[in-house]
Amino acid sequence: MAELINLTINGQAIQAEKGALLIEVARQNGIEIPAFCYYPGLTLQAACRMCLVEVEKTPKLQVGCTLPVADGMVVHTESDTVRQSRKGMIEFLLTNHPLDCPVCDKGGECELQDMTFRYGAGESRFTERKQHVDEQQWSPVVFFDAPRCILCYRCVRVCNEGIGVGALGVANRGVVSEIVPNRHDYLECDECGACIDICPVGALTSGSYRYQTRPWEMNHVGTICTHCGDGCRTTLGVRDDKIMRGNNRDSSGINGDFLCVKGRYAFDFVEHPERLQSPMWRNAQGEFEPISWSKAFATIAETFTSVKARGGKFGIIGSNHTTNEENYFLQKFARQGLGTKNIDHHRTGDLGTFFDALSGKNDALATAGDLYAAKAVLVVGADLAQQHPFLSYQARANFRHHNAHIYAVTSGPVREDNQAVASIRVAAGGELGGVESLRDKLKAEGDLVIVFGDAIQGDGVRKLVAFGDSLGIPVKYVCLVDYSNSRGAFDMGLIPRDGGMSVQQMLAAKDLDVLWVVGANPLKNATLGSSNAFVVVQDLFMTETAKHANLVLPAASAYEKNGTVTNVCGEVQKLKQAVKVMGTKTDLEIMGSIAKEMKLNLGIWLPDKVFAEIRKTVHGYDVPLPVVDTGGAAPTMPLNGRVPALPGAIQSAGDTLFTSGSMSRYSKILNAVIESPGGLYGGKGR
Amino acid sequence: MPKKLYNEPSPLETRILSKRFGLENSESLATYLANDGFKAFRKAREMKPEEIIEEVKTSALRGRGGAGFPTGLKWSFVPRSSPKPKYIVINADESEPGTCKDRLLMEYDPHQMIEGILIAGLAMDAHKGYIYIRGEYRYLIDHMDRALAEAYSQGYLGKNILGTGFDFDLYTHSGAGAYECGEETALLDSLEGKRGVPRMKPPFPAVAGAWASPTLLNNVETFSAIPAIIRDGGAAFAALGTPKNGGTRLLCVSGHVNKPGVYEVPLGYPMMKFINEIAGGIPGGKKLKAVIPGGSSCPILKADECDIPMDYDSLAKIGSMLGSGGMVVMDETTDMVKVALRIMRFYAHESCGWCIPCREGTTWLRKILQRFDDGGGRHDDIGLLGELSKNMLGRTFCALGDAAAMPTISIVEKFAEDFEKRLARDRQMVAV
Amino acid sequence: MMTFSPQLEQKFAKMLTAYPEGKKRSAVVPMLIYAQDEVGSITPELIDEVARRCEVTPLQVDEVVGYYSMLHRKPMGKFHVQVCTNISCLLVGGMELYEHACKKLGISHKQVTADGQISLEEVECMGACSWAPAVEINYDFHHHVTPEKLDQLIDGLRKAQ
Repeated sequence: MAELINLTINGQAIQAEKGALLIEVARQNGIEIPAFCYYPGLTLQAACRMCLVEVEKTPKLQVGCTLPVADGMVVHTESDTVRQSRKGMIEFLLTNHPLDCPVCDKGGECELQDMTFRYGAGESRFTERKQHVDEQQWSPVVFFDAPRCILCYRCVRVCNEGIGVGALGVANRGVVSEIVPNRHDYLECDECGACIDICPVGALTSGSYRYQTRPWEMNHVGTICTHCGDGCRTTLGVRDDKIMRGNNRDSSGINGDFLCVKGRYAFDFVEHPERLQSPMWRNAQGEFEPISWSKAFATIAETFTSVKARGGKFGIIGSNHTTNEENYFLQKFARQGLGTKNIDHHRTGDLGTFFDALSGKNDALATAGDLYAAKAVLVVGADLAQQHPFLSYQARANFRHHNAHIYAVTSGPVREDNQAVASIRVAAGGELGGVESLRDKLKAEGDLVIVFGDAIQGDGVRKLVAFGDSLGIPVKYVCLVDYSNSRGAFDMGLIPRDGGMSVQQMLAAKDLDVLWVVGANPLKNATLGSSNAFVVVQDLFMTETAKHANLVLPAASAYEKNGTVTNVCGEVQKLKQAVKVMGTKTDLEIMGSIAKEMKLNLGIWLPDKVFAEIRKTVHGYDVPLPVVDTGGAAPTMPLNGRVPALPGAIQSAGDTLFTSGSMSRYSKILNAVIESPGGLYGGKGR
Repeated sequence: MPKKLYNEPSPLETRILSKRFGLENSESLATYLANDGFKAFRKAREMKPEEIIEEVKTSALRGRGGAGFPTGLKWSFVPRSSPKPKYIVINADESEPGTCKDRLLMEYDPHQMIEGILIAGLAMDAHKGYIYIRGEYRYLIDHMDRALAEAYSQGYLGKNILGTGFDFDLYTHSGAGAYECGEETALLDSLEGKRGVPRMKPPFPAVAGAWASPTLLNNVETFSAIPAIIRDGGAAFAALGTPKNGGTRLLCVSGHVNKPGVYEVPLGYPMMKFINEIAGGIPGGKKLKAVIPGGSSCPILKADECDIPMDYDSLAKIGSMLGSGGMVVMDETTDMVKVALRIMRFYAHESCGWCIPCREGTTWLRKILQRFDDGGGRHDDIGLLGELSKNMLGRTFCALGDAAAMPTISIVEKFAEDFEKRLARDRQMVAV
Repeated sequence: MMTFSPQLEQKFAKMLTAYPEGKKRSAVVPMLIYAQDEVGSITPELIDEVARRCEVTPLQVDEVVGYYSMLHRKPMGKFHVQVCTNISCLLVGGMELYEHACKKLGISHKQVTADGQISLEEVECMGACSWAPAVEINYDFHHHVTPEKLDQLIDGLRKAQ
C-alpha cells in the first residue's frame, strides 16, 4: 500500500496515493482535466498541453498528466488562467484543423469536437491560409487524413507499445510533422486498427466503416469476438440489422484497449453472399434443394428416431465456436436423447491431460488478467502474437507496466523475444528441454504463468506441470486452444469419454448410420468412411463437410445469438445478439426443435435456462451470475478430478492473425489485407 | 604561423579563455602545453572530486549555453557513486541566432576544452565524453577529431592518462541541422539516434541522461572555463565578474556596429561601453534603436534600456536575458516588423512540432507577420501577435516556445509604432 | 546492401564502436549525414542500410531523416550554396545577398541548377553572426560576403566543375 497524501483540487480535499498522476487523481474524484495526448497505460507525452492546471506556489501552469501529486498540493483546474490557457490551446489546434465536422467521419464521437464545445472559444481569430495535404490510404482498413491529425501520438504509441509492432512514426518537423506508416505510403502491420480506435479525431479512419453512417444512428452491442479463443469484447455498431463496425468503444472487456484485426473487422462473414439462408436437402438428382424448416426437422427427427430405434450408430461432431448452452445441449441430446457416446469436437489443445495433471490443485488456471499481473510469464511452443494476440498483448503490457520477466521457448523468433529476458530456440519436440534449461532463472521468480501450445500434450503436459510444481513458486497455466469456445466445448462434454468415438474414429468408421455435424468442418481435409451415413450439417456456409450432407441447416453465427462462451483461460462471458440473418436459426433452437420433433424431453432450450442447468451440473461452472450478466468474465474452477485419457488427435489448426478456420475464408477484410498469413506455428488455418 | 583571427581583438578585453587565440599554432597541443595547458588537470587529479566541484561552485561560473544555470551546482547533481556509467556530453550545437563563440573556442584552443572535460570526468567519475557538434560545423568536427587524435597520441586521452590511472575516451558526434538539439534533452535524444525532441523532466540528465545514465551536459565555453578555474582558483575567476556572475565570457556582437566580432569581457561589463568602445560604435553616426542582448530568444531592449551592466541578474531585472552571449545591435533605420518576422520564421522553422502551442503558435505568428510585412496588415494584428505569444509563453513543452514568444512580445510592446507606421503606409498605398 | 568508400567504411566502423554496447542507434544521425555527402541524398536504400547497420527499423531512420534540415531526400548540387538570412545577417544585407544569389543562379530555395552543379538554400543561423553576412558552400564558411564576392565565389565554383 502506497503512502497516502492529502491535496486540494478546486477546494475539494482529496486523499491520494503519493506520486499518482494528478490527472488520474482528479478523474478518480470526478474532476476532469482535459487531455488529448494522455492515455492511460501508454507512455506520457505532455505534448497537447490541454491538461495545464494551476498549482499554488509554482510560477507556471503545471502539466496535469505528468505531475505526481504531493502532500499539501493545492490545485486549481477551473481558474480563469487555466480556462484561458485551454481556450488558447484549442484555438492553436484548430488553426490547421478542417472545420468541416458535418462531413467528418468522426463527427459525433470526436474528442476535439467535444473539447471545443466544452473548453474552446466561440469564434476563431485565425484568418490565414490552412495547409492542405491529401488523404492517404495506408491499407484496405486504414485511411489517414493528415490535416485532421492533432499529433497526440496515441497511434504511434499504441502500435509500438501496446501491439509491439511499431508501424507508425513521425516524419518531418514542426508544423509539417506528420504521422507516417512504416512503408512510408502503406502499412505493413497487424492491421489491428488500434490506431483508429485510439485516434481522438478523424485523422485515422476505418476503411470498412468510414462515411457509411453517423455513430448516433447505431446501436452499440458489446459481445464476444467469435474468432480466436482469447475472449475479447468487440462492440458491434449495428444499424438496420447490419453490423457497420466492430471496435473497442468502451474498453470494458477483459481486453481493455486491445482488439485485433479479426475482432475489429472480421464480422463481415455475417453478410457474406454465400451465407446459407434456408435448409436444404439433397433431392433425387443428388442436388441441394431448399426445403422448409418444418420439413427439415421432420426428416431429421424421423431418421434419428428410426436409427435410434434400431440401435444404429450415431456420430456427433460439435463445434468450438458454438455457445456453452449449445454444446451442453448437444451432448445432452447425444447422451440422453440418442443414447450415444460418440461425441467429440476438433480438439486443439490437450485440455484432458491438462485438467488431469492439475487435479487437486486450486487456483492453477491463469486468467487473462494473470498474464498482466504475474511477475513472470513463460511461453512454450506458441507464437502468441499470431495465434493469441490478446494474450501476447497482456504479457507485453505486463512487461511495460510492471517490468515482468518474459521467457519464450519456441522453435523460431516470436514477438515476445523483444521483451524476453531469455528466449530459447528449440527444435519441435524439444520444448521441455528448453523449459528445463530455464529452471534456475524461473525458481528465482516471484510467481509464474506458463502458457503452452499443442506442442505440449499427453505426457508432456504432465511433465510440464511437474516442472512447475518443482519450482517452489506459485505457478499458473494456460493450455492454449484455438477458437472462441474451444474451452467451453471441452468443458460441456463434447468429448468421447466412456468409450465414445473420436472425430478421427467417426470419420474412419465404415458403419455410421448418422453423422451429425454442428458448426464444424471435419471433412475439410478428410474423407468419410461411412458412405451410407445420413449426414446432417449445421453451419453458416456450404463447407466441405456441408457439401457431403444429406441435409444442411443454416445456422446463426455468434454475432446472431445470445449465450455464453468460455475463453482460452477458462473465463465465461456472455454473447449478446447484434443482428439477425434471415432464414437462419441458432444451433440451440435447431437442436431444441429436433428434440421437440423427436418428442425428447431435454428441457427448455432458452440460453438462460440451459445456462442455469450448466451452472448446476458442470463442474466449475457455478460462476456468479451478476458477473456474467453485467458483461464481466467469470473464471471457472479447474476440474478437480481425474480425467481419463481420451482417444483421438489433438492438433492446433495453426491459425494466424488473419485466419480463423472457415469463417476467415468468408471475411473480405481478412482476405484483403496484404500481410500474408505467417507466424511460426501458423499458416495452416485458412 | 600565427593564425589570422576572424576579428581583431580589442585592448579592452579580459582574455582568460581566449588568451591563446592568435598564438602560433594555437590549436596544437604543444602550444597549449607551453601556455599553461594541463596544469589544471594535474592539479585536479590531486584533488578530491568534491573539492573540484566546490572550486567550480566558488568560481560562480554559470552555464554559457544560454540558461545561465550555476555550473558547480549542476555538477553536484550527478550521482558520482551511481553504479551506472556516467557520461559527459559537450553541447557544441551552437545555434542561437547571434552566437558564434563556441566555434572559436574549438577552432583556436580545442585542448582547453578537452582539459575542462577531463576535469569534469575526474569529478564525476566519468570515462566517456561526446562532443555534439552541429552538422554545419563540419570543418570543426574534423578539426576536433585532429585535436582528439593528437591528445590520444600524447597520452592526454585514452587509457591511464598521464599515468594517473584515469581513463577517458572522447568522441565527436555530428548533428544534422536542428536548432532544437541545442536544448540539452533534445540533444541527448539526437545523440541516441532519434529525432531531436526534448524529454520530459524530471528525470534530469544528471540522473538519467545519455542512454539513461547520469550525464553531465555543459556548453563548450563552460568546459573551456574550467581549466582557468582549477588552475588559478575559483575565487580568482569569480572575482573577475560580479557576485554570482563569475568570470569572463565571450560576447558575440553583430548587426549595426563598426567592429562586429567575438570579445571576452568580464561579467557585468557595461553594455553601452561594450557597444561603443569594444564594438566600435554604430556606423554612420546613426542612433541606437534596439539590442538583442544574448541571442534571438531574448526579449529585445530599447536603446534607453541599454545602459546596464551585462550580467545574468542585471538583465533579468529588466526582463531580458544574457542568454548565449549573442548580442545583436540595431540602429535607428531598422524595421522591427522585418526583425519580428525573421525571428518568427526561424522559430517556426525550428519548432520540433512536439507540442501544440509551439508548433501551431509559431506558424500562426509567422503567417500573421508575413502578411503584415507583405502589406496586408490589420490593426488587430498588433494585439493578436502579443496575445498569441502570451498563449505560448510558459505553456510549451520546452523553452523554444518561450524563445519565440519573448522577443515577439517585447517587439510588439516596445516598437508598436513600427507596426503602426506600416499600417499607415499600407493605407496610403491603397489611397494612391 | 550498400557499401561506401573505404574511407567512409572505416569511419563508420569506428563510429559504431564509439557508443556504449548495444547503442548502435546512436550512430544514425552522423551516419546519415556522412553517407549523404557520398551518396548525394538520402535514398530509400540508404535508409535501409543505415537501419541495418544501426540495428533499428527503417521507419526509425526515416523519422530521423525528416527531422534534420541538413538531410535531403533529393540530391542537391555538387556545390550547395547556403545563404544565411537570419537576424545578424539580415541586418547587414543577408536577405539582399540571398536574393542576389537567386538571380545569379536562376534558382530559388532548395533548387538545383539545370546542370545539377549548384544548389541554393536560404538557411537559418549557422554561427557566423559576427562576420555576417555569411555563406556556407558545402562545408566551407565565407564571411563578410558581398554580392560581388558571391559572384566571384559562384564563378569559381563553375570553373571548378
